[in-house]
Amino acid sequence: MLGAQLLNGIQHGLLLFLISAGLTLIFGVLGMINLAHGAMFMLGAYLAFAVVGAGAPLWLAFPAAILGGVALGAVLERGLFRWFREREHLDQVLLTFALILLFEEARAALFGNAFHGVPVPALLDFSVRVTADFAYSAYRLAVLAACLVIAALLFLVLERTRTGAAIRAAAEKPDMLDLLGMDARRIHTIVFAAGTALAVLAGALAAPLTSVYPNMGEGFLIVAFVVVIVGGAGSVAGAFWTALMIGMVDTLGKAYVPALAGLAIYVLMAAVLLWRPAGLFARG
Amino acid sequence: MPLTRRRLGALAAATLTPLARPAIAQGAPLRVGLMLPYSGTFAALGENITHAIELYLASRDNKLGGRAIQLVRLDDESSPPNAVQNVNRLLGRDRAEVMIGTVHSGVVMAMVQAAREKGVPLIIPNAGNVAATRDLCAPTIFRSSFSNWQPAYGMGRALAAQGVRKAAWITWDYAAGKESGEGFADGLKAGGAELVKVLTLPFPEVNFQPLLAQVPSLGVEAVGSFFAGGGAVQFVKEYAAAGLRERFPLCGSGFLTEGVLGPQGAAAEGIRTALHYGDGIDNPTNVKFRAAFQAKAGRPADVYAVQGYDAAQMLAAGLDAAKGDIAAEKEFVAGIRAARIDSPRGAFTLSASHNPVQDIYLREARGGENRVIGVAAAQLADPGTGCRMA
Repeated sequence: MLGAQLLNGIQHGLLLFLISAGLTLIFGVLGMINLAHGAMFMLGAYLAFAVVGAGAPLWLAFPAAILGGVALGAVLERGLFRWFREREHLDQVLLTFALILLFEEARAALFGNAFHGVPVPALLDFSVRVTADFAYSAYRLAVLAACLVIAALLFLVLERTRTGAAIRAAAEKPDMLDLLGMDARRIHTIVFAAGTALAVLAGALAAPLTSVYPNMGEGFLIVAFVVVIVGGAGSVAGAFWTALMIGMVDTLGKAYVPALAGLAIYVLMAAVLLWRPAGLFARG
Repeated sequence: MPLTRRRLGALAAATLTPLARPAIAQGAPLRVGLMLPYSGTFAALGENITHAIELYLASRDNKLGGRAIQLVRLDDESSPPNAVQNVNRLLGRDRAEVMIGTVHSGVVMAMVQAAREKGVPLIIPNAGNVAATRDLCAPTIFRSSFSNWQPAYGMGRALAAQGVRKAAWITWDYAAGKESGEGFADGLKAGGAELVKVLTLPFPEVNFQPLLAQVPSLGVEAVGSFFAGGGAVQFVKEYAAAGLRERFPLCGSGFLTEGVLGPQGAAAEGIRTALHYGDGIDNPTNVKFRAAFQAKAGRPADVYAVQGYDAAQMLAAGLDAAKGDIAAEKEFVAGIRAARIDSPRGAFTLSASHNPVQDIYLREARGGENRVIGVAAAQLADPGTGCRMA
């Protein structure tokens, strides 16, 4: 049973990482708290629902999520977030909160308020035995693998490209971009677009596992914020390890101490903040 | 002019009735407040309940106990934080003299409270909180639906009758799930079986994996559950995907497969559930009701429609006995208590604590229907523990 629970924890944590990665970068590089990040996740899930509902295969939702996410992120950054960068945090919170309401209303108008299931694609609609007496749906395993691939690509870009280096520099010290003579605005657009695309893609991947329902992004947003804070704002590596840790603590908590399950990750957050106020992976 | 006609009617009533109740009160239509969800997740349920109430009223020419009925609707949005305010609005601004509501068990508590404090009669057409017909029962509070305890008790009994000795219960950590779990445990016990483990997760989370992974090590022969709506869709699919279905048959309160068989697809096939309604109930009332409901609403009737229809029938029984005078509380209450409600689910009466004494059917999901395959518990009454009526 422990083996199955560890796998559950890893799977939950990796999905959490996809959402948290964009959130931590936007927080670190732009210095903005994007409450609407959870709504992006919801958007992706409903995109998958709409694609399947239109009779198209679920696979189509993934490139659509990436392209749509990049476009939406770029438009939001250029059209809105850029103008709020110098404002107070309260203004930014109000802006992103307003976006949540807008996206939720759009969702209600387009899809209504019911809870909908998204069928697993026929190709992966079978189960694989993962321990002696527990099976995993092939789709769940595929999502796990996809999350790992996406995480690897993300690290590759951040570690091995010039843009990646600039992003890491900016996440650590936002003024660094100006010092290096780089176009900060371009980096901001890239970070926001990529972060949004990751959240939308995570939603599309997760839709068959979570179903789609109103306000589904909020629950994930809160946990993603815990990941960002514990991991250290701006640190993608921090988000990765923290997401895995939170996924594990949450899963094992639910399995072995159900009475405290809802509390476990927040206790962990409080403990880490007392010990390292800037987060586990924050530098300087 | 309707107003004049109504006044004439009032005058006639005043002259003809020797017991001269206030003429205006008798002649003016009785304001029946429907506090139901007309938006949000449960909107379809509120609509179906309302359609069915209107259907019954139309069959009575919109008059109960000789009194014209005027429905006033209020959308409670299934929002507990606004519940008290909404009830006050229904009784204040909308001047409702009787209340019918609601679906959400968190919202109904405000209605129960108001009914107890202000003495306004209340008929609950869905919410199954046991408290409404136990600790918080009152002479003027009635229920046309079920208590959470009832369907799960039936399921426990049926499971024990099949020879299962040990079972587990999986649900959300909230009142409906907990109260159903108690029913399931009592039902198993009545049949000589045992509930060995209750697994819960916070409402309305759908990450069932940590719970499902525990099932094989529990040493049980079957798993019962309470989930509803979208959560039920996801749970049934995950249960099958985890490879548990063949070794630990899944069963539950009827809501597990109610109105969600389409999205559950093959994963739901063969799941047994217990509820006070189902597909293929072959009595004339049901056949007639289903046809009439389909004609009016443009969609098939469901358990919520039946509960709405019966709420209207109960109101009728009370008003017929009180001759349309809602102020005649003793006659009104006695009328409902004595009534035998000719429900599409099969006729029922009310228990001493005003909850239906009804057959709980055993159903099996087959080809998109919850086919009734037997009776899990005949003429089952909620124990009504702690109910003391003045």
